[in-house]
Amino acid sequence: VSTATLDLSTEPSEPADHRPSQGVQGSLGRRLLHLNWAAGLSSWIWFFIVMIPIYWIVITSLKTQSNYFQSNPLVPPGHPTLDNFRLVFDNDFTGYFVNSVIVAVGSVVPAVLVSFMAAYAVIRDGNRFFLRSVNWLFLMGLAIPLQATIIPLYLLIIKLKLYDTLLALILPSIAFAIPLSVLVLANFIRDVPKELFESMRVDGANEWALLWRLAFPLTRPALVTITIYNLLTVWNNFLLPLVLTTSPGKRTLPLALWTFQGQFGVNVPAVLASVLLTVLPILALYILGRRQLLSGLSAGFTK
Amino acid sequence: MTAVAQPARQTAPATPASHRKRQRSLSWLALPALLFFVIFAVVPLVGVLALSFTSWDGLGAIHFSGLVSWRAVLSDPGLPHALWVTFLIMVLSWLFQTPMSILLGVFIAGQQRYRGFLSVFFFIPLLLSSAAIAVTYKALLDPNFGLGAGLHTSWLAQDWLGNGKLALGVVVFIVSWQFIPFHSLIYQGAVRQIPRSMYEAAQLDGAGRMRQFFSITLPQLKNTMITSSTLMVVGSLTFFDLIFVLTAGGPADATRSLALDMYRQGFQANLMGQASAIALILVLIGLILALLLRRIGGRDRTGSQLEGA
Repeated sequence: VSTATLDLSTEPSEPADHRPSQGVQGSLGRRLLHLNWAAGLSSWIWFFIVMIPIYWIVITSLKTQSNYFQSNPLVPPGHPTLDNFRLVFDNDFTGYFVNSVIVAVGSVVPAVLVSFMAAYAVIRDGNRFFLRSVNWLFLMGLAIPLQATIIPLYLLIIKLKLYDTLLALILPSIAFAIPLSVLVLANFIRDVPKELFESMRVDGANEWALLWRLAFPLTRPALVTITIYNLLTVWNNFLLPLVLTTSPGKRTLPLALWTFQGQFGVNVPAVLASVLLTVLPILALYILGRRQLLSGLSAGFTK
Repeated sequence: MTAVAQPARQTAPATPASHRKRQRSLSWLALPALLFFVIFAVVPLVGVLALSFTSWDGLGAIHFSGLVSWRAVLSDPGLPHALWVTFLIMVLSWLFQTPMSILLGVFIAGQQRYRGFLSVFFFIPLLLSSAAIAVTYKALLDPNFGLGAGLHTSWLAQDWLGNGKLALGVVVFIVSWQFIPFHSLIYQGAVRQIPRSMYEAAQLDGAGRMRQFFSITLPQLKNTMITSSTLMVVGSLTFFDLIFVLTAGGPADATRSLALDMYRQGFQANLMGQASAIALILVLIGLILALLLRRIGGRDRTGSQLEGA
């Protein structure tokens, strides 16, 4: 997802309304339900628009190629087969998967850690000219479509002798993740009561300890949100691997999908099986961290 | 990587003794992030400007060539076309996504169970890569092997990606399919922050529900609309992977947007100088649009962000 973003954060909201309670929302929600039947109708229509392609992917990936051409495309197969998935695995899926995991974890963990430290510095010591400038720089990064820097990036990676390595994907991914991560994390660190910092300082803790033992645990929801969000972005990145790698041994999943499409051609069930396999891990992550991701994102952008 | 994740403490600037009352500087904590960002984002950004004044084929030596690349790009009839395509995708997808996202956002801001159930599914497109979405829709819309052919519906079995006007419409639809969930999420968050007392006051004044929506909900969402629109507009400049996999810019350049033009000039025609000039145009358009939208918002949010820091 190219969220080259600019947070022009929003609402002048009352602090009490930041994390609304169930009760408050209940009555507001009910009012809005009656208020806007148009929203209800569009929601149901949209539900089907979203779900039909997804449903189609799932049932088709379980059909044989000949069955696919004969049957109604929206009817699930009578005799589901896993052959398509086997075919995808026989075409080095595992290798591409491992590459994707290495790149995703290898860039998101450092990106979130360095962003957290920077966000902490900006909030706790933000009057300094240096930190104000750093913060300004990151905010500008949100307004600029960073993908447009791909050509100089390509040159830089060649000069660093990193072309066609996984590190060539990891290093720029860290940089691209920093602006939004700092912004979201800073918004949450700002909410940690100053008295907590003061009382721990009085007890003799230094900033390093405050950072990891106070701010880190207290901003954990935001950290989880931004980690999942960055994992999604890096996992789905297409342009960086397309330009910065060339050998199949360094291929990540989105790029592999593109080549599968050329390779499997009109074997639609196999193509869709490969789509499904690339989505499954991220779907698992979504199921585990859905609340965190959705509530965190919506709070992070509207704070 | 781990070495980078743990900043060396000795990078901390010495604190002058005279500042004993002030806390020690925390600037060193921002250094690792700054370092990454400068090397892999700021340097390449400056590089775009520099490379646009050179000739480079992507492999050999880089030569300074003054305004040659710029002249070639600005006199190429492909540029106004790519600008037009980019503009169309931007405006049409904004027009489709914004009302839809507001409606859905308002709807899922409620707490009923089934809304939660619906919203679980709403966000699935958010999880898919543009490549996966493009591969899926390419198969789904195939006139011979797709959904339309299987259902024997001639309307759905059109050659969607083979006709220029249809293909552009398909791109706009898929972009909306992919990003509406994200924007409705932003609106959901904003709707939940509208103080309940405003609705109560309006009810006391006898305002109907439609009236409440248009005179409370919508105005309260103004700033969110600015945020969301900025994301849509700046984001739409860089739809590359979706179009690349779906149509590769075709048919006959009908979906050849600026970002795609940049890639083709650079990595297919090996004209890195010209591609960099196009990239710079992209960056400038993004910045100008972001600033314009902020003007409409009426407040310098970057400034207030810093103030709050």
